[in-house]
Amino acid sequence: MKEYELVIIGGGPAGLAAAVAAFDAGIKDILILERDHSLGGILNQCIHNGFGLHTFKEELTGPEYAARFTDQVLERGIEYKLNTMVMDISPEKMVCAMNSEDGMFMIPAKAVILAMGCRERSRGALNIPGYRPAGIFSAGTAQRLVNMEGQMPGKRVVILGSGDIGLIMARRMTLEGAKVLVVAELMPYSGGLKRNIVQCLDDFDIPLKLSHTVTDIEGRERVEAVTIAKVGADRRPIPGTEIRYECDTLLLSCGLIPENELSQNIGVELSPVTSGPIVNDGLETNIPGVFACGNVLHVHDLVDYVSEEAAAAGRNAASFIQNGESTESDKIELCPEGGVRYTVPVYLRPGKMNDTVTVRFRVGEVFKNSSIVTYFDDDEVMRRKKQIMAPGEMEQVILKKSDILAKPGMKKITIRVEEG
Amino acid sequence: MDKRNLTCIGCPMGCQLTVTLEDGKVMEVTGNTCKRGETYAIDEVTNPTRIVTSTVKVSGGNEAMVSVKTGSVIPKNKIFECASALKGVEVKAPVKIGDVIVPNVCDTGVDIIATKNVIAIG
Repeated sequence: MKEYELVIIGGGPAGLAAAVAAFDAGIKDILILERDHSLGGILNQCIHNGFGLHTFKEELTGPEYAARFTDQVLERGIEYKLNTMVMDISPEKMVCAMNSEDGMFMIPAKAVILAMGCRERSRGALNIPGYRPAGIFSAGTAQRLVNMEGQMPGKRVVILGSGDIGLIMARRMTLEGAKVLVVAELMPYSGGLKRNIVQCLDDFDIPLKLSHTVTDIEGRERVEAVTIAKVGADRRPIPGTEIRYECDTLLLSCGLIPENELSQNIGVELSPVTSGPIVNDGLETNIPGVFACGNVLHVHDLVDYVSEEAAAAGRNAASFIQNGESTESDKIELCPEGGVRYTVPVYLRPGKMNDTVTVRFRVGEVFKNSSIVTYFDDDEVMRRKKQIMAPGEMEQVILKKSDILAKPGMKKITIRVEEG
Repeated sequence: MDKRNLTCIGCPMGCQLTVTLEDGKVMEVTGNTCKRGETYAIDEVTNPTRIVTSTVKVSGGNEAMVSVKTGSVIPKNKIFECASALKGVEVKAPVKIGDVIVPNVCDTGVDIIATKNVIAIG
């Protein structure tokens, strides 16, 4: 098969934005590989509005946001293959893929961008006791069934997890005539965006029970009832607090996990915190010429940030193809501390980095009236006050190359949350 | 004096707003960090509105469903009426983003428009 300069794995928001940016940076020989029957990824099933406020300064629905980027890909004549599954990528960047038209085929690439997205945490991963009847869906599966296939998964619904997809599906199923009885959340705070709690639960008087989890699922053929119970500080159910809901459906919205089986086959190192690749300021993994962006790198809250990050990955991949491998050996490590769970990127190359680098991260708990503080070695260089920070929303710090070069010999940059 | 607490939904910040009302009139909005927060708070206590999104069936296209939305906001108390007005609606492919699917839904003066391109096949 033909060689491509750049192969992009995944045609969702990350893959599309990466392709457009790489093309505009001078790389014309690009192939996007997408496993679904259309470009756009999960945006196609996210029919609600609220996308694109940062990118387009207007509120779009998921399919509209996807169409803006799909159109840009089509206008540029960027090649793509649909219904195509990537099976393996070698460290030499030989991509092995298959579809029903071409069979199995190999594509040699000069650079690869990983943009496979993430998948939902499953019932198996949650260790929920009880029978295994029909009627238990991940929230995203239910979303696809309702919004793309036109099928209702059930009539009386309990939702475990207050992630955004669960909240959105609470509203969606209510509007389609189902009764959503309760949303139970293990943590003492919701993982979802504020606007979704207001517009998807409060608007419809759907109760949100924080510090609750599912302790039993009844029914042999189909879900007949779900029992939830309050949990203590140790997140274990407290006996005597059980509430039983007669229902036919349980939706799970309990977090997303970057989908990195392919990355592991290449030998890409993964972060145990994000489950995504460990990358430098150029969003390049430990394998030269292999870049990552979007939800495969770390789970984002807003698609706008995915597009922004993916465009940076696209430009950096273009620069790799045009200028070859980075020979920079100096590395500055980014250290998350005091409430900051992780950072993306994980390290900077002071000589190679762009003029500014956006460091994205999430905090581990809810912080009120706190500050994000950045240290170069032991010197405080930036302090930004935040009224509220929550694990459900991403935070960022923008680092300037000039500031970093002004401090030669720096070993580490620490980002932490401090009170006040 | 009546105080109402709201979460601003104008952007992902989610500012905690407090609206002070007297005889149904807004006296003060606090907690907002931008003008939009104040506008949202006043609207939300006097005339709450929402964009409604849904799907309708499409025949002869490369998708089974086409996603739709209200072209602009409608009163919050019309959400369910709007959702049921879309039950049973079926359109023929091709459909383009922005096509009017249901004009003047529930006499709101707002059209239901398509939010997805569906290509005709066969």
